[in-house]
Amino acid sequence: MKKYILKRVGMSVVTLLVIVLVLFVLMQLLPGSPFNDERLSIEQQQVLMSKYGLNDSAPVQFFRYVRNMLTGDFGKSYTISKDTDVALLLQNRLPTSLLLGGLSILLGSVAGLFLGVAAALKHNSLLDSAATFFSVIGVSIPSYVFALGLSYFFGFQLSWLPMLYNADDGLRAFALPAVALSMTVMATVARFTRTEMIEVLNSDYMQLVESKGVSGVHLIFKHALRNASISIITILGPLVVSLMTGSLVVEKIFSIPGIGQLMVQAIQSNDYNVILALAFVYSALYIFVMLAVDILYGVLDPRIRLAKEDAHG
Amino acid sequence: MREKILEVRDLAITFNTSAGKVRAVRGVDLDLHKGETVAIVGESGSGKSVTTKAIMGILSNNGAIDSGEIHYTFEHEGETVTENLLDFSKKQMRKTINGKHIAMIFQDPMTSLDPTMSIGNQIIEGMRTHYKTKKNEAQKKAVELLELVGITDPESRMKNYPHQLSGGMRQRIVIAIALACDPDVLICDEPTTALDVTIQAKILELIQDIQKKTGISVIYITHDLGVVAKVAEYVNVMYAGKIVEKGTVEDIFYDPKHPYTWGLLLAMPDLETNTDKLVSIPGNPPNMAHDIVGDPFYPRNTYALHIDKKVEPPLIEVSETHSAATWLLSEQGPEYSLPVELEDRITRMKEEAKLYAAG
Amino acid sequence: MDKPLNRPIQQTLNDFSFIGQDNVRVMDEVYEEDSFWKQLVKRIAKNKGSVFGFVTITLIIFMALVGPMISGYEFDEQIAGHESMAPRIPVMENFGIFDGSETLKTSTGELVVNKYETIEGGEDAYHWFGTDVLGRDLFTRTWVGTRISLYIALVAVIVDVFIGMSYGMISGYYGGKVDNAMQRSVEVLNGIPNLVVVTLLIIVLKPGLMSITLAIAITGWIGMSRVSRASMLKLKESEYVLAARTMGAKDMTIMYKEILPNIFSQLLIMSMFSIPNAIFTEAFLAFVGIGIPVPMASLGSLISENFKSLTTHFYMIVPPVLVLALLMLSFNLLADGLRDALDPTMKEV
Repeated sequence: MKKYILKRVGMSVVTLLVIVLVLFVLMQLLPGSPFNDERLSIEQQQVLMSKYGLNDSAPVQFFRYVRNMLTGDFGKSYTISKDTDVALLLQNRLPTSLLLGGLSILLGSVAGLFLGVAAALKHNSLLDSAATFFSVIGVSIPSYVFALGLSYFFGFQLSWLPMLYNADDGLRAFALPAVALSMTVMATVARFTRTEMIEVLNSDYMQLVESKGVSGVHLIFKHALRNASISIITILGPLVVSLMTGSLVVEKIFSIPGIGQLMVQAIQSNDYNVILALAFVYSALYIFVMLAVDILYGVLDPRIRLAKEDAHG
Repeated sequence: MREKILEVRDLAITFNTSAGKVRAVRGVDLDLHKGETVAIVGESGSGKSVTTKAIMGILSNNGAIDSGEIHYTFEHEGETVTENLLDFSKKQMRKTINGKHIAMIFQDPMTSLDPTMSIGNQIIEGMRTHYKTKKNEAQKKAVELLELVGITDPESRMKNYPHQLSGGMRQRIVIAIALACDPDVLICDEPTTALDVTIQAKILELIQDIQKKTGISVIYITHDLGVVAKVAEYVNVMYAGKIVEKGTVEDIFYDPKHPYTWGLLLAMPDLETNTDKLVSIPGNPPNMAHDIVGDPFYPRNTYALHIDKKVEPPLIEVSETHSAATWLLSEQGPEYSLPVELEDRITRMKEEAKLYAAG
Repeated sequence: MDKPLNRPIQQTLNDFSFIGQDNVRVMDEVYEEDSFWKQLVKRIAKNKGSVFGFVTITLIIFMALVGPMISGYEFDEQIAGHESMAPRIPVMENFGIFDGSETLKTSTGELVVNKYETIEGGEDAYHWFGTDVLGRDLFTRTWVGTRISLYIALVAVIVDVFIGMSYGMISGYYGGKVDNAMQRSVEVLNGIPNLVVVTLLIIVLKPGLMSITLAIAITGWIGMSRVSRASMLKLKESEYVLAARTMGAKDMTIMYKEILPNIFSQLLIMSMFSIPNAIFTEAFLAFVGIGIPVPMASLGSLISENFKSLTTHFYMIVPPVLVLALLMLSFNLLADGLRDALDPTMKEV
């Protein structure tokens, strides 16, 4: 297990480094500089370029950037909020986005698991068909369609919940966006759980467990769900990705001051440092989740947990 | 005095599949007495596994019991009671019968253990559910069980997971799990089919040993008559969802009456027969999704009568213990003689048995 | 239990005589087999969801081709005076729906207005889906936008087949060092969220159809390559491939002539599943503001444009959202049906 974890961590670090390199190279290819403004004289541009170190050679810039990132320094924002540390921008916005993402995952997974297990237990019943239908819709329709609908009907027409984000509303402000984002999560989890549970419930070992006289909650949780969960957690990675993309749009719709909204602003105003920092944050977040999934996978599956340390070269 | 413990009457089971209704079991009678071993023999799809799954109450969801009764006699709270297991709900079955009174061993030990639970926990699970046995007591008993089924170093094996053990070992574990709550009946569904030949014999011996020690009754499902000869006292030959011949081992091996049984015997390899002389039964079992008219075996039967096309033969009694469902036994039936190869085979088997008894 | 003996049966003289040796022929039941496509169509036709999906997709394709031609407007035509008009459809207007009127929420209460009655020549004007704030006909724009999504769907399939399938098959077939190197690269690429790759790429290139195509080409093939690699690993060890190899078949022949036909169904399913993803990617980019440049329209850019009028003119956002949602749902339903028909055990990756 130790070796397994070490290998995964190593792989993650390598991936992250490659990503930083790719990001950096891409940045070098970007068209023009942010100071390509006709109002600035060439001298003024030169001053600005050297001020931000944009005249140094690419490798120098790269190593400076890596070193800075390790110390949490992502440089300064060029346009969104002039001369503000990107780290500061992130600091204010990251917790909001993480809270929104966390809420959505939690809400979606719990509801999805429940729906999937119920559908599998009542396989081929009306409940099963309803759950299947519901999850196909949830998987197919992008979260921003839900966001638009929720915001229009519950926020605008009925005015039950705030249509736009306001920090004073507390958790109420997150209700609509979190529900909108969790639809995809719920549908995906429900769909996957159902398939996995049906497969596990029909397996030979479940027959043996049943023939021992085990039934009810114990049967479902200790045996069925435990085995199914090994596969179910692997969808967490793709889910986080879809949440990230979804949050960009959903944060824009509800004007939530999170990193998604910041990303959209940065893209639209070519604020390279912010884009680079956010791309790094998203990648790091994703890699971290993937690593957590891999480790959890190992913990849940004794075939990996107890794999002989010398089994893989 | 033989004490009847299980009595199946007129059991019929249908499966709803995408190909239509499949009548997997079409009126099966079965008797099991205390301490005895009954074998059910037949090809795949003959309904033998389905019959025992109905006894266990673990039919898959698309299976429905059309008719029949399963009377089971057991000790409940100090009293001897006989109940129809088909009246029990799934929950009642799990609580009172499964594991506690009737336990089962499955065909493939590679897939029949929960991969995410340690061996020890899988063995004590039954005791903990049925008798609320304390954990350390249950563990002590589990170690004893592991010793009983011939696993060395049982204490450390308790912590192992299924993937760390070989197929033979896993089947021993499955047996230990089945025995954990001291059941009265053990159903073995082809317990050796998926194992190496050398291990097959050991597992068979183990089950026989356990039977001697505990006096448990065993239902043995197999397609291998060689296994039947080794372990069973009574034999039921099943074909297309019905029992076509039943009797003692001697009846079936020395005086078989049904052409299907003849086919099975001829297809069984023995030391004297050249493998290229082994005769297989031509054709395939009938598709059970279709309605069956007449004797389902007639298309494959070289001894088929004209009536076989129209009317399915009932079980006709040959002796008190022996009966077979073939029109050949009818009073109006024609004269016939066994296939020559089979006559030879039976003579040889009888001689072997004599040698065996003398030696 | 019926007792056949007691039942009166038509007895004939030879009932109890042998049929004879020729009774037993080798009569294995021969199941008549339809061709692959015929079976596929039969099985899909049984699945209501996929029939719905198929019909909807056909309809949407038809409308995307024909719609812009029958509306009488150009997609980028800004008609002065026709700004923000509610949907008006002939015939249906007589029933009080889609008659061009809309309810506006104002500070003083609700107000029903019908712009068709107030503007010059409005009596004879019909905008089936209404117009946007610039006075462009939304019916035309929606179907022109749908063309983009359908084009993206096509791109996704082509990318899956040419990049994903080939990559996976080559990686699986050659195995060893080749496989190792190829899989590590995929792992790294897969470690980067698509969001990041796509946005960066579009910024480096210029926003436009070409960069969106490229973005999908770079990110869209990984799932497919996994499936084809896994199938390849399984099949290349099979007897018939060994047989082909001993007869001297070349690698390419084995890959494309021997193995490909056997993993075809899985690949078909997989590419079907990748279509909705690609369509979503385009819509997402448009919404974020790096999609198709104006005045071109795509479903995503329409949603993004008309989102601004969500609270004032709700009808504007409905057609593109509805078509997008239906399109993605239909492709998913069809893919589901295909999977159930061809390979029910296959899991989505």
